[in-house]
Amino acid sequence: MPADFNWAVGGEAGDGIDSTGKIFAQALSRAGRHVFTSKDFASRIRGGYTAYKIRTSVDRVQSVVNRLDVLIALTPRTIEENLDELHDGSVIIYDGERTTMEDAPIPEDVVGLDVPLKRLAEEAGGAIMRNVVALGAACAVTDFPIENLDSALEKRFGAKGQKLVENNKDAARKGKAHVEDTDDHEFKYDLETTDNDYVLLNGDEAIGMGAIAAGCRYYAGYPITPATDVMEYLKGRIEGYGGHVVQAEDELSAINMALGAARAGARAMTATSGPGIDLMAETFGLVATTETPLVIANIMRSGPSTGMPTKQEQGDLNAMLHGGHGEIPRFVLAPTTIDECFWKTVEAFNLAEKYQLPVYLTGDLSLAVTEQTFEPDAFDMDEVEIDRGKLVDEENLAEWQNEKGQFQPHALADDGVSPRAVPGTDDGAHMTTGLEHDELGRRTEDTEMRVKQVDKRDRKVETAKQRESWQPREFGDAEADTLILSWGSNEGAMVEAIEMLADDGIDVRFISVPYIFPRPELDDAIDAAEDILVVECNSTGQFADLIEHDALVRVNRINKYNGVRFTADELADRISGALTEAPEVPQ
Amino acid sequence: MSSDVRFTDFKSDKQPTWCPGCGDFGTMNGMMKALANTGNDPDNTFVVAGIGCSGKIGTYMHSYALHGVHGRALPLAAGVKMANPELEVMAAGGDGDGYSIGVGHFIHAVRRNVDMSYIVMDNRIYGLTKGQASPTSREDFETSTTPEGPKQPPVNPLALALSAGATFIAQSFSSDAMRHTEIVQEAVEHDGFGFVNVFSPCVTFNDVDTYDYFRDELVDVGETDHDPTDLEAAQDVILDPEKEYQGVLYQNEQANAYGAEHGLSENMAEIPDGAPEDATDLVREFY
Repeated sequence: MPADFNWAVGGEAGDGIDSTGKIFAQALSRAGRHVFTSKDFASRIRGGYTAYKIRTSVDRVQSVVNRLDVLIALTPRTIEENLDELHDGSVIIYDGERTTMEDAPIPEDVVGLDVPLKRLAEEAGGAIMRNVVALGAACAVTDFPIENLDSALEKRFGAKGQKLVENNKDAARKGKAHVEDTDDHEFKYDLETTDNDYVLLNGDEAIGMGAIAAGCRYYAGYPITPATDVMEYLKGRIEGYGGHVVQAEDELSAINMALGAARAGARAMTATSGPGIDLMAETFGLVATTETPLVIANIMRSGPSTGMPTKQEQGDLNAMLHGGHGEIPRFVLAPTTIDECFWKTVEAFNLAEKYQLPVYLTGDLSLAVTEQTFEPDAFDMDEVEIDRGKLVDEENLAEWQNEKGQFQPHALADDGVSPRAVPGTDDGAHMTTGLEHDELGRRTEDTEMRVKQVDKRDRKVETAKQRESWQPREFGDAEADTLILSWGSNEGAMVEAIEMLADDGIDVRFISVPYIFPRPELDDAIDAAEDILVVECNSTGQFADLIEHDALVRVNRINKYNGVRFTADELADRISGALTEAPEVPQ
Repeated sequence: MSSDVRFTDFKSDKQPTWCPGCGDFGTMNGMMKALANTGNDPDNTFVVAGIGCSGKIGTYMHSYALHGVHGRALPLAAGVKMANPELEVMAAGGDGDGYSIGVGHFIHAVRRNVDMSYIVMDNRIYGLTKGQASPTSREDFETSTTPEGPKQPPVNPLALALSAGATFIAQSFSSDAMRHTEIVQEAVEHDGFGFVNVFSPCVTFNDVDTYDYFRDELVDVGETDHDPTDLEAAQDVILDPEKEYQGVLYQNEQANAYGAEHGLSENMAEIPDGAPEDATDLVREFY
């Protein structure tokens, strides 16, 4: 496997870090290289520390590692924040003429490349292009053809006029030339290109694209990190497919608007994060008890309360499984990769309509803001199937009327799934309510009907368990004694950790679970394993609790809750550590 | 859809459990008549109700309907209308539902100006929980939770609506059946958010804001030279500390409703069997 290369640009919020990183990631992707990006950012508009990191290789990359080869540092803090990741031969590009960087703390063994970013940018037409000068310098250090950068600059600035594009290209060349003309280091980096075509996108974008593909026509939401990208993606795109995006006044309104649209028959969704999930809890119960199909994306961040809004965590699993008072079925899907964010979104819409219930589609900050390259056919639109479930029209509506000719939206069907007539369907007029209701959707406190309706709703889960595939994703050595389980975004790092562990002579079987409820039967895998380790980004092990409950076993827990995702090398270390140190766990 | 719809077609076979004499009977009758008079039928009508005595209205009427959670009828109704502009959408609730727990949505619903009607049954009391102060209760109105009165001024919903940029503000009295029906009908016909505050007396828990009070005190702007398109005239009646009014108090027919402003005309319930035809364009964007 050719070596991967790790690059970062860091500075203060407001320094254009994100767009600089995105341009370089785009250039690498257009050069036929695989890319995996990550962001360190704070909940502030200016100041602080923020960084955009890229791992790239000609082979697939799907996690971050704790190593930096080239760092563009716009502030001294950027260097301090990344000291542990720099190594012998790392290169730091900085602007020694910038007052704060005059005495930048360049570590020994690390090559400090002092490039007058601001001055060269001004020569090219404006100081604002100083980051692009740095990108040009990075091209020189990595022997990366600058034409790929041109292509990314055109994509980024093309809409603002060719003059701006040319100025930026010039700025990049000035940076490249400066390094080539003034520095006599022999750099060991060589970013080779390939003819492969890749697309580069993040998890929120994949969810948004999946929603449009699945026929979602209505999105109502309230801005919240890290879910806002879903709304921003849909706005300006979904309209072209007959849809609409509304920014509601709060999350209570957002979920009620989406519920209204769903009652009108549209495929509707909202997306939020933990605090929004809390606010939506009451209406969530209404959605579920009125048996309305709705997709609620929960892009998790660190909690509780406002928590750490720009940091990673998988802490909402119990809130999604059990949130809201009373008891009511809901499905919880947790895509494990960015391309799966697309496919699980499509699936979420189908499941919501087939079983007439709310479906939580949960990602987390790591999936949401990470960009990764894929072959375009990972998103093959011809593979998208739409199943609208038991939707009735004028012709088959009569089957579901009572003897008085009244339509029964909560008919006690054997499979638990009642018929659904959307408004405008002749003779289908009916009500429904958050009160317990009878088959007509009218309030009841009849003890027998109460039990029948509860049982009917629960029966949908049994039906779904039988009819649908709830298969997990499996990696590693199926015969290994050690079983690793995880859910959501840890998959990429864990898959890379498998190879590292194998190099150390540790074989593991890894099962990555994208379905939290209903969830796959794991009994056989658990019975066959000697050691079971459950990996997740929270402190208590909410998924581990489910596994213990399902299989009546005790498991080892590998938790992380400092706000930063797992890296592959860290997971490999912690797993091998747990296997050698952990006492025998009673089965 | 038949053209010979009668208002009784909007009546369900469920008997109301409102107290005998409750204003909500008259309010509901006017709503049903207004819907029938405007050429709607139960299969193209969606009624959204909140929580409280008023919230039960969805059960007693016959149409597509949803009886939601407390205070959230307006966003729910807006979602219905945006998703299918062909539907006639009416939201109904009480003063607690609309002006207390739901008041945040009220302001924004007014601003949004979705083409729908909003009928508030204002009895100035919490009836279903057996007699506590509501946001429209008088300052000295004694209740179980406010034995000396709320000691704060009541919300003026009409003024709230006006300040939020309403395009239709009306007030009616449930017992004045003909005028109430006419006013609700105008709200339904209004191209935008048609808001009607209906005095709908609670005969059990409110002995101040009674039928007699409204019958004696209400001034009908239809019998004066009030011009509802005149903003200043509307302000005068809405902020009048001495008198209460019924009729269409303000109407702006120039403003675009939400659907027109945002180009919403299609029924979003209709989608293809697979991904939309040109969905691959979305993938190409990520090159």
